[in-house]
Amino acid sequence: MDRVEEIELARRLIAGDAGAFDNFVEHFRAKIFHYTWLMCGQREDAEEVAQDTLLRVFESFHQLREPERVRPWVFRIAKNECLMKRRKSMFAPSRELSLEELMPAATREDGNLKIEIADWSRLPDDQASLSEMKAVLERAISELPEAYRSVILLRDMEELSTEDTAQILDLRNDAVKTRLHRARLALRQRLDEHLRSATRGA
Amino acid sequence: MAAHEHNEHCKEIFALLSEYLNLELPPEACRDIESHLAGCPPCVEFTESLRKTVDLCRAYRPSDLPTPLASQARAQLLAAYEKMRR
Repeated sequence: MDRVEEIELARRLIAGDAGAFDNFVEHFRAKIFHYTWLMCGQREDAEEVAQDTLLRVFESFHQLREPERVRPWVFRIAKNECLMKRRKSMFAPSRELSLEELMPAATREDGNLKIEIADWSRLPDDQASLSEMKAVLERAISELPEAYRSVILLRDMEELSTEDTAQILDLRNDAVKTRLHRARLALRQRLDEHLRSATRGA
Repeated sequence: MAAHEHNEHCKEIFALLSEYLNLELPPEACRDIESHLAGCPPCVEFTESLRKTVDLCRAYRPSDLPTPLASQARAQLLAAYEKMRR
């Protein structure tokens, strides 16, 4: 379902059209479930957060003045429900990612600093390799410090804007940009390591 | 595998690559990055690897779906919606 359909469902629900109810629930339940699962790491917690979030959403639907903002609005509620659940869940320890640690590994050659990088121009495209890459990506996301994980999930997975993400997470726009960049670099680093080890093994 | 000599300009660009890929930089900063990339193949290669990482993230769809919504849970949500509508 694209953003336009999503907004149309919200518009219909605000107007009192219960015919949009099931599609809306199915669509957002899956979205909230995935976000929460990657944030909390527990399937049961993710299902509970999805239900609690949707309950808050329907209780306060009349407060959604602009249906075009339905996605950030729902995720703002989901983030709060997730934070409440967090007290009972295992989270990765909070730590800062520095730019230095995310730069490619460097070595000295002939007195010059050299970096190493995998050959990304030949990303594997067969099904088995793609699902392997997906598993590496999934693991890398789950191992990101929480502050970075929440930003990349909202910005790159949910494709929300910098401004919306900042509002959802109570951050400044600059902090969203910084964290997104470091999260991407950390994932890139993990995928690069995987690609290089796959090349060595070939 | 490419080898690359770091310099301060490479590091400055390294810090801005996501904003560059997101088209969030002012035109002047974009031009600076593009002129650096034109003469620095390793930075091009690194930027491409970051772009592909972002593409993989955007294309990522979790394998697992939530369990089907139980009728009791659906009824709870519908009741909340009906109540709000009144």
